[in-house]
Amino acid sequence: MDTILDLKQVSKIYKSGERTLTVLDNINFSIAAQSTLSIVGPSGSGKTTLLGLCAGLDRSTSGTVELHGTRLNGLNEDQLAAVRNQYVGFIFQNFQLLPTLTALENVMVPLELRGEKNIKPRALDLLDKVGLAERSHHYPTQLSGGEQQRVSLARAFSNQPRILFADEPTGNLDAETSEKVVKLLFDLNKEAGTTLVLVTHDLDLAAKTQRIIRIKGGKIVE
Amino acid sequence: MNQNNFNFPWLLQMAWRDSRKNRSRLLLFISSIILGIAALVAIYSLGDNLRQNIDEQAATLIGADLALYGNKPVKGKSKALVDSLSKTRSEERSFASMIYFTKGGGNRLAQVKAIEGDYPYYGKFETVPVTAEKTFRTRKEALVDQTLMLQYQAKVGDSIKIGEVTFGIAGILEKAPGSTGLTSTVAPSVYIPMQYLKQTGLMQKGSRVAYRYYFKFPANVDVEKLAKKLEPRFEAFDLDYKTVQGQKEDTGRSFRDLTRFLALVGFVALLLGCIGVASAIHIYIREKLSSIAILRCLGVKATQAFLIYVIQILGIGILGSVIGAVLGTAIQQFLPFVIRDFLPFELTTDISWPAIGQGLAIGVLISILFALPPLVSIRKVSPLNVLRSSTDAANPGKDPLAWVLYGLIILFIFGFSFLQMRTWIEALIFTGGILGAFLVLYATASLLTWLVRRFFPASWSYLWRQGLANLYRPNNQTAILIVSIGLGTALVCTLFFTQDILLKRVQLSTSGNQPNIVLFDIQNNQKEAVLAIAKAQHVPVNQSVSIVNMRLEEVNGRTAADFEGDTTAEQSRRIFGREYRVTFRDSTTSTEKITKGKWQGVYNPSSALIPISLEEGFANRSRIELGDTMVFNVQGTMMSTVVSSFREVNWGEVQTNFLVVFPTGVLEEAPQFHVMLTHVPDPQTSATFQQAIVRQFPNISIIDLALVLRVLDDIFNKIGFVIRFMAGFSILTGIIVLIASVLISKYQRLQESVLLRTLGASRKQIFAITALEYFFLGSLAALTGILLSIAGSWSLAKFSFEAEFSPDVWPVVAVFLFVSLMTVLIGLVNSRGILSRPPLEVLRQDV
Repeated sequence: MDTILDLKQVSKIYKSGERTLTVLDNINFSIAAQSTLSIVGPSGSGKTTLLGLCAGLDRSTSGTVELHGTRLNGLNEDQLAAVRNQYVGFIFQNFQLLPTLTALENVMVPLELRGEKNIKPRALDLLDKVGLAERSHHYPTQLSGGEQQRVSLARAFSNQPRILFADEPTGNLDAETSEKVVKLLFDLNKEAGTTLVLVTHDLDLAAKTQRIIRIKGGKIVE
Repeated sequence: MNQNNFNFPWLLQMAWRDSRKNRSRLLLFISSIILGIAALVAIYSLGDNLRQNIDEQAATLIGADLALYGNKPVKGKSKALVDSLSKTRSEERSFASMIYFTKGGGNRLAQVKAIEGDYPYYGKFETVPVTAEKTFRTRKEALVDQTLMLQYQAKVGDSIKIGEVTFGIAGILEKAPGSTGLTSTVAPSVYIPMQYLKQTGLMQKGSRVAYRYYFKFPANVDVEKLAKKLEPRFEAFDLDYKTVQGQKEDTGRSFRDLTRFLALVGFVALLLGCIGVASAIHIYIREKLSSIAILRCLGVKATQAFLIYVIQILGIGILGSVIGAVLGTAIQQFLPFVIRDFLPFELTTDISWPAIGQGLAIGVLISILFALPPLVSIRKVSPLNVLRSSTDAANPGKDPLAWVLYGLIILFIFGFSFLQMRTWIEALIFTGGILGAFLVLYATASLLTWLVRRFFPASWSYLWRQGLANLYRPNNQTAILIVSIGLGTALVCTLFFTQDILLKRVQLSTSGNQPNIVLFDIQNNQKEAVLAIAKAQHVPVNQSVSIVNMRLEEVNGRTAADFEGDTTAEQSRRIFGREYRVTFRDSTTSTEKITKGKWQGVYNPSSALIPISLEEGFANRSRIELGDTMVFNVQGTMMSTVVSSFREVNWGEVQTNFLVVFPTGVLEEAPQFHVMLTHVPDPQTSATFQQAIVRQFPNISIIDLALVLRVLDDIFNKIGFVIRFMAGFSILTGIIVLIASVLISKYQRLQESVLLRTLGASRKQIFAITALEYFFLGSLAALTGILLSIAGSWSLAKFSFEAEFSPDVWPVVAVFLFVSLMTVLIGLVNSRGILSRPPLEVLRQDV
């Protein structure tokens, strides 16, 4: 199977005056396309920083990150934005929907950015899949937390990403809603054949992925 | 994928979608510039209409095709020239004289104009009754300015006495060609037929009379060309001329200056609004950071994210400018009422499309320009903010592009002022002045807020401390509010103080035993009788001065003709055309100081040259040095003089002051008249004394300083009204910025008040905190404005008017209380939702 994400000797160091803080230290791993993986670890272990580097939201201090054959280190902000739009989908703990857009418009944005035509039926179809076709014209504030996360799922899959990054996708949801959202996430992922990278400290959720990377103090521990 | 271009349709769509929940707020931001745009459009429209009206009505301003002016009657060759110009002509002789209302017994100095012929040929005297304009010309009747009629409660049919002649009042003069409300306040006119002028007995030697000749030519005569051709001959006879074209240019120039000045005042209001917009957009963008980060995360380029908000601002800029232009066009309808006292013609208020175009262009450009510095920070928003929220990206101060934009803003202000003033040095001074004023206001505001915070008693109750602390909440607009409200306050206060300084100065000069009545044109044979009247009425004569009229013939052996064509002697040539009023005495007065040379008070007949003293400024302007020789013509007798001293003269005192002073022993026998300065203790004595003089000696003119004070006050009120009208735009802009700022920070306040209520604060306590916050804001703004206007007025008083500055306390306290309480009121009215909202609602509120 092809490798979609490859990290070699990746470190992230923050400098504050004389002091340096090593958040990630010499991280090496790769992910095969269409596989599922969890990054787990306690709070402050560097999980979210690692996700930011993998998804091209941030730059490493040293080492290389290669996403779908593209080396991210040398790219500028706009080139990174293009890579994200082309290959990457996101799901966040706090949903991160645009508050001024309806559910349907939120799902359409990644497609509109690509300049694609006739996107409305596709976006509606995705909303239908997450069970929100009836709420397509509602604004985020008119939706519950679980509904917002389902819109977020539809948006994440709308540009048919090669890789999907989910940062604590159930962190803000109750147990029952979490279960529904997780089921949807895995079903859609399977259907689309997308690589899934989950960041969580919920070990039960992590256990649903094919592979788990444990991180502690900025290092992979197993 | 369509990532290599900006995808404009999508950007437009996103800008529209993103604005959905913010449209009322965006409109609120832009409302700050609406008034500024409205002011500019109104003034540009006024300028346009003025230009058009001047073009159309210029002929009615002089009432003829050509007017000739001189200060001596034409005779000999000059008469032949005047006679040869056109058969259709009129003559006017005007001079200042006392007029006496026989019914009420009032008297006042007025401009008497004796007229012969059918003048005006264009336009007409507007009189009540309308027929009076025709009838007075053939009867022993006069047209009397409406100001005088009102002041002395005279009616048509009453009589006035001018010199020795009693005229019936044929009609009330409402308007004469070229006259304005202001001229009728300063020098009200009375028109009489020329045939009765001689009988008045006022045409004596030494009287200051202006001679005017008005001509009408057949339509095929090119008057402009004719006047140009005859110019050297006019000059040779000391005649000035004016054609319709010349009048057009002169009037156009003065009103261009007025509209430029008003446009600059309007521009200040616009700038204030723009700073308000920039400050509001700064807060808006901070609130948008998470949305921008999400978009960046989804693949939006930095430039695209930036453009989404630029499009929004452009949209509201256009909308604001359109509203401003509509409002400006409406305001323009009222401007003729504001400046009617300054207009010598009828002003129309047609819609001016160029003015609207200019207003729209400036509005859009300036809203974008001022919004860009906070917007450029969008380019720096990292998509990482979706994972970890941070607000550190929105600091335009660290972005070099923001500094480029600040430079562009300064350049824009300079460019705008250059277009108004047409000289780069004045534009530079205006730009520097504006920046300086804002900086000083900002610095004063910052200093005051710092002082209040630093020295505020810690022992005061929580409500007071919380009210004060609210001024420093994150994203506060304290500084901009203090600057805008402070600037408005400063403008109005400075106007008030300046008026007060000048009026007090005149009042001071008439207090105590200082002279308050000036009598002039007293003939030699009337002097003793006038002194006797004064003595009989117990009116002390403070000063009696002899005046001799003379003309200058030569300077250092060179005549006016020798200076002709000498371009290097521009200033010197002008000193020949005028009549000099000269006195003689053996000592200097209390208002003079010798600055150069030696004062010689008595003429030594053995000297060939008479030593004279010149006023320093006059000597400098005329390029005359100590030791230069000057030959004066006194009624045909040549007087050779030498400049022996220069004097510095304080012209501000009520005194007779002179450019040229002769020593005693030379002019005693020359034809002369006298000026006397007296002090009357009360209005009753003043009226009786003036009546006695005017009845017995109608040729004597009287200046009553109490009247001058009234006239001055009237002029100030008229000018003040225009300035207050324009300052109103700045003040209203300040109020709108205040309302906008209150509404923008409403959600933040809501959360605070909910938190306080959760912790047990009563509605009354929250109300008190809010009121105190606005009281601090308003009082700091008022204090900033008042302090600046006191500093400004003090400088004006010291360096420009050379007068004492002692502002009255009560008006200052009144302004302070008014501005503070208005701010509290506006703040509370706009915050009322905060007090009544249930706490639970906030938990579900969308930011």
